[in-house]
Amino acid sequence: MTVTASPSAPRAAQSKPLSTLLYRHRWLRLAGLLSLPLTWLVGLYIVSLVLLLVTAFWFIDPFTSKVIPGFTLENFALVFSEPAYITTSLRTLGIALAVTLLSAAFAIPLGIFMAKLASPWLRAVLAVAITLPLWAGYLVKILAMRITFTEEGFFNWLMAPFGISGPGFSILTVVLTLTYLWFPYMALPVYTAIRQIPVNLFDASADLGARGFTTIRTVVLPLLWPALLAGSVFTFSLSLGDYIVARFVGGANAQMIGSIIASNINLNPPVAAAFSVIPIAFVVIYLVVTRRTGALERM
Amino acid sequence: MSAPTAPIEPGSTTAAPASSAPDTADRGQGGVELSSVTKRFGDTVAVDDLTLSVASGEFFSMLGPSGSGKTTVLRLIAGFEEVTSGTIAIAGTDVTQAAPFDRTVNTVFQDYALFPHMTIAENVAYGLRVRKVGKAEQQQRVAAALEQVRLSHVADRLPHQLSGGQRQRIALARALILQPRVLLLDEPLGALDKQLREQMQIELKQIQREVGITFIFVTHDQEEALTLSDRIAVFNNGRVEQVGTPREVYEYPQTAFVAGFLGISNLIDAAHAERLTGVAKAISVRPERVRLMDARTEPAAHESCIDGTIVETVYTGPTTRYIVDTADGLRVIAERHNDHAPSDTAPYHRGDAVRAVWVTEHAAVVP
Repeated sequence: MTVTASPSAPRAAQSKPLSTLLYRHRWLRLAGLLSLPLTWLVGLYIVSLVLLLVTAFWFIDPFTSKVIPGFTLENFALVFSEPAYITTSLRTLGIALAVTLLSAAFAIPLGIFMAKLASPWLRAVLAVAITLPLWAGYLVKILAMRITFTEEGFFNWLMAPFGISGPGFSILTVVLTLTYLWFPYMALPVYTAIRQIPVNLFDASADLGARGFTTIRTVVLPLLWPALLAGSVFTFSLSLGDYIVARFVGGANAQMIGSIIASNINLNPPVAAAFSVIPIAFVVIYLVVTRRTGALERM
Repeated sequence: MSAPTAPIEPGSTTAAPASSAPDTADRGQGGVELSSVTKRFGDTVAVDDLTLSVASGEFFSMLGPSGSGKTTVLRLIAGFEEVTSGTIAIAGTDVTQAAPFDRTVNTVFQDYALFPHMTIAENVAYGLRVRKVGKAEQQQRVAAALEQVRLSHVADRLPHQLSGGQRQRIALARALILQPRVLLLDEPLGALDKQLREQMQIELKQIQREVGITFIFVTHDQEEALTLSDRIAVFNNGRVEQVGTPREVYEYPQTAFVAGFLGISNLIDAAHAERLTGVAKAISVRPERVRLMDARTEPAAHESCIDGTIVETVYTGPTTRYIVDTADGLRVIAERHNDHAPSDTAPYHRGDAVRAVWVTEHAAVVP
């Protein structure tokens, strides 16, 4: 022991000059830690967003359709005055909220069942079942919904004997499909939060005279609030930005903000850029509201 | 079952607040009867054909090691678990099938189970709130309940801002505010340190006397059970080994388990007992009833004795315990009050040959 220890001690002091350098200079350490992520964040993320915002103030030459740098508020004026655009913005907002509410309505009872009632085996199966859609491709899932709800599709075939015909390609189908896509982002935080509620709070609530629904309203929901908001940030913002679902299962009357941006990307980039500000504004407002409740600290 | 909420809240109709006097007569009927209650979890029998009767106004303890079924019995009375077979009656009403919210009992949970998102006042008011008691009356009764546990100053705090002892008292206030006929307490003092626990024991006893309702108290701490209870049921393996007053179960244990679980006991098996007393029945004698004497001293006629050697002495502060092994393999523990001068050492030492003596009739026969 002593033989090996004595030569290694001075070597440890002399060698690894880089470590010593980093140890002495706090700024170098920080630079080493942050240079890569900061390049990514600032260089790609922020700069591209800023470019987008700048483009919104440019205009295009009506004859050549070439984008000309400059400053005009006409693009925004168009976005806020064209009735079709306003309807589409409100429709998109409505769809995103509906998807969020629907996801929450499914996630809460499922989470209570999984966390408090299911056997460990069934819990594992359900956890896999919830996350499974995340493994499948985005387009695959949309096409699956398309096949289900198309005119001669599975849903209509199943319901035909009862005289019920499905929603076809409509806003409702868009909401269902988006819920299908983003449900895991709501279900997982909600399930985790319910697991963290001690069982004896349910017992205590019943003991003090509360029935099942009262317990859910007065004990479970308040404790779930942060998880619900965290999940809703995903369901809401992901729905807000989507346009492929509207395109494939939305039919003619379910255009979303994304649809309009997509159709303008080549025709009129400044208008597309101006319109992109709307979902960004919705999300920022949503985040500010949720931030006030402290929910984001849980993410 | 038929009138679920009516008997729970006599206070709401009288509008008189407070917790104690006015309706003692009404709540006098707070007995609990368990008949042939069995509870199985899969293949495990947690409670095995239990019949138990708790009188109204009694401080009744269920004492036993962990896994002996005492907490399960409490949860069956509260309604958190359903019996596999048997019946449970509270205050003369069969509640075997009733949901927890329809039973006239309230529970103080082991880790208090306070709602973390509600203030202390909201926690205490919870039972009144779900019963839709008027706001003014709620405030009045919450104030009175907090007053009772001397915690009025923490009304606006959240549970995590309170100490363990304070949370415990809030859990008590939250359960008592509904004026239950029976209060169930599931090891409520288990998480507190020793000094606080002893202080809370006295407080619990006083509160029970004040409100005059039945307390059913689960604990694994024999000293706590002896200190607090009017009667104790000693649990082992899902069965009750013995029910009796603290003195009965301590001085006259009916089984070897009870003798061993409550305090230290010298259990002398039937063969040895026959040689000593002439009767072939196992006996139990408490260490504090055993004296040590010089091996040459003759015991009196009404005394029994065993000769042996001290193999260990244990100084506990107020007493010293001597562990004496006899030649034929028996171990006897004698406990002696340290009533000698503090500067002296105890009169006996390890390795001394001694005679352990006790009054023959002070030993309890264990059937």
